[in-house]
Amino acid sequence: MSRRTYLLRKLIFALVTIFVVLVINFVLFRVLPGDPVRAVIGRNVKISAEAQQALRQQFGLDKPIFPDQFLDTLRQWAQGNLGISWSLRRPVAEILMSKLGNTLLLIGLGQLLSIILGVFLGLFAGWKRKTVFDVAALTFSLIAWATPTFWLGIILLAAGSSWLGLPTGGIVSPENVGKPLYTVLPDLARHLVLPTLTLTILYLGEYMLIMRSSILEVLSEDYILTAKAKGMSPWQVLWRHALKNAMLPIVTIVALNLGFTVSGAIYIETVFSYDGLGKLFQTALVKQDYPLLQGAFLLLAVSVIVANFLADILYTALDPRVKAN
Amino acid sequence: MAEMPLLQVRHLTTEFLLPGKGAARALEDVSFDVYPGQTIGLVGESGCGKTTVLMSILRLLPTQAQISGRVLFRGLDLLALSERQMREYRWKEIAIVFQGAMNALNPVMSVGEQICEAITLHGLMPRREAEARTGELLELVGIPKERGVQYPFQYSGGMRQRAMIAMALACSPCILFADEPTTALDVMVQAQILELLGNIQRKMGLAIVLVTHDLGVVAEMCDMVVVMYGGKVAEYGPVDRIFNNPQHPYTQKLLEAFPDLAQPVASLASIPGAPPRLSELPPGCRFAPRCHVCLPQCASEAPPLLEIAPGHFSACHLCKS
Repeated sequence: MSRRTYLLRKLIFALVTIFVVLVINFVLFRVLPGDPVRAVIGRNVKISAEAQQALRQQFGLDKPIFPDQFLDTLRQWAQGNLGISWSLRRPVAEILMSKLGNTLLLIGLGQLLSIILGVFLGLFAGWKRKTVFDVAALTFSLIAWATPTFWLGIILLAAGSSWLGLPTGGIVSPENVGKPLYTVLPDLARHLVLPTLTLTILYLGEYMLIMRSSILEVLSEDYILTAKAKGMSPWQVLWRHALKNAMLPIVTIVALNLGFTVSGAIYIETVFSYDGLGKLFQTALVKQDYPLLQGAFLLLAVSVIVANFLADILYTALDPRVKAN
Repeated sequence: MAEMPLLQVRHLTTEFLLPGKGAARALEDVSFDVYPGQTIGLVGESGCGKTTVLMSILRLLPTQAQISGRVLFRGLDLLALSERQMREYRWKEIAIVFQGAMNALNPVMSVGEQICEAITLHGLMPRREAEARTGELLELVGIPKERGVQYPFQYSGGMRQRAMIAMALACSPCILFADEPTTALDVMVQAQILELLGNIQRKMGLAIVLVTHDLGVVAEMCDMVVVMYGGKVAEYGPVDRIFNNPQHPYTQKLLEAFPDLAQPVASLASIPGAPPRLSELPPGCRFAPRCHVCLPQCASEAPPLLEIAPGHFSACHLCKS
């Protein structure tokens, strides 16, 4: 099977999964309690029954859920219309998009740092097995992996703000709010230090552990002995023969994490009052803002599926055997 | 034989240090010579140290292995070299074909690249020429050179072993170690691989050290044979002498245990008992507990390896020089 057929199959699979998610998302928010019309009119009970009925007609809520409402919803989603937030009174898609950039910045930085550090430290720990470095790395990894996100966030927040004078929350200082982000880069960087550090430490432990055990397994393989017998230096063996093989499990884990960190950032964004998706989800949940939650669910599900699809593409580049199966 | 031996192994002793448990002696006092163009067979039961001999010579054992004795390659002691100097000799002078060709090739690198890499690593020729040579090597072992771009999983077991042989020949070594090169293959493919090895040896004048437990292969391919037991050389000599006139009781039993096509028997002979554990070796002759002609002194006194006839050595109290 060629690479193109393989990826095409994976793409179709991803699209089907997204459709299933759409259906579940639709059903889930129809079985939840609450009446959209009542939510819109709020406590204003003076609106007449006729007016309420008119509202229902206007939003198509008088039609049967299936197929009319379902197809109508799909059509709206396809056009990028995810509805209006009950609490913020603005289009959901617009709200999500405005926060997505902030979250991607935080997650992107944190993941990038933890992947690079985790891969290299894990590689080195496995290579120098049973040395002081290995034991230290292993201990750190286990502690980092087991630490609750919010706790680490609070500790770093307290330490960083009192000793290093780093800001306690937000993305930029109040005087810079509203200015384009690229014009206030130093201020932005100072705000990003603590949340990024928290995210990096949390994922670093996991990546180091997986990379370490992966490289240990690979180093015991016969082809590593072949490489040594060829007269390669330990460094060449590691770089040319071990690394690519040992990277395979990391790709899977990173792909899964990338999808889930969009939601995993909820704790960090809350602790650091970081204005991103995580904090938005928390607000939506507290205020029972169903349209916003529905949009958030959709975004989460799609990001997990897209991350997995990207992992599949990466796999074909790393492992020639993938295409065969 | 007037010619200088390529490789002289002298009193090779390898111990594995086990933390808290002392040392396990995997090899003791192993000596033999490898002459240019000759095939020498290392035979013995599983765990007798055949593979350890090859790994000790190439110094590919884990760091807790302690190797002593001398391994003279063209008069130069390989054991005295630094790790960096040793790398120059691996593959370029002594290449090895491993037992499980299944896993001996890197699964995520094309076969051609793995062969080409061996050539360029030792700086023998520029990349472009190395690629051309890779194609020639593949053709030499009967693989169309277009298949060099494929990965090991696209090869059959026999093809992988052929590719492994092509790779071993990449730097035109003067000695080839073959560690049970046919073990994982079916009988037809086994025969093809052995034939290939024989052809290549004739063409290139290669010396081969063949590790095997198949006495039939030894009889067919080898000039000399080293019979090993419990990490020591039991008997060593020209193949026809060892097969026709075995002097060590272990060799005699080993040959009896091998089926003879001319005179088939209902049940094959076996040697009662099990090989010694390397961490608790018997003080005297290592074969004494299983020996059918054991003398009182065998339990306490290890027999020396004596030259009982020109070029024929045996380590047994019953053998007199």
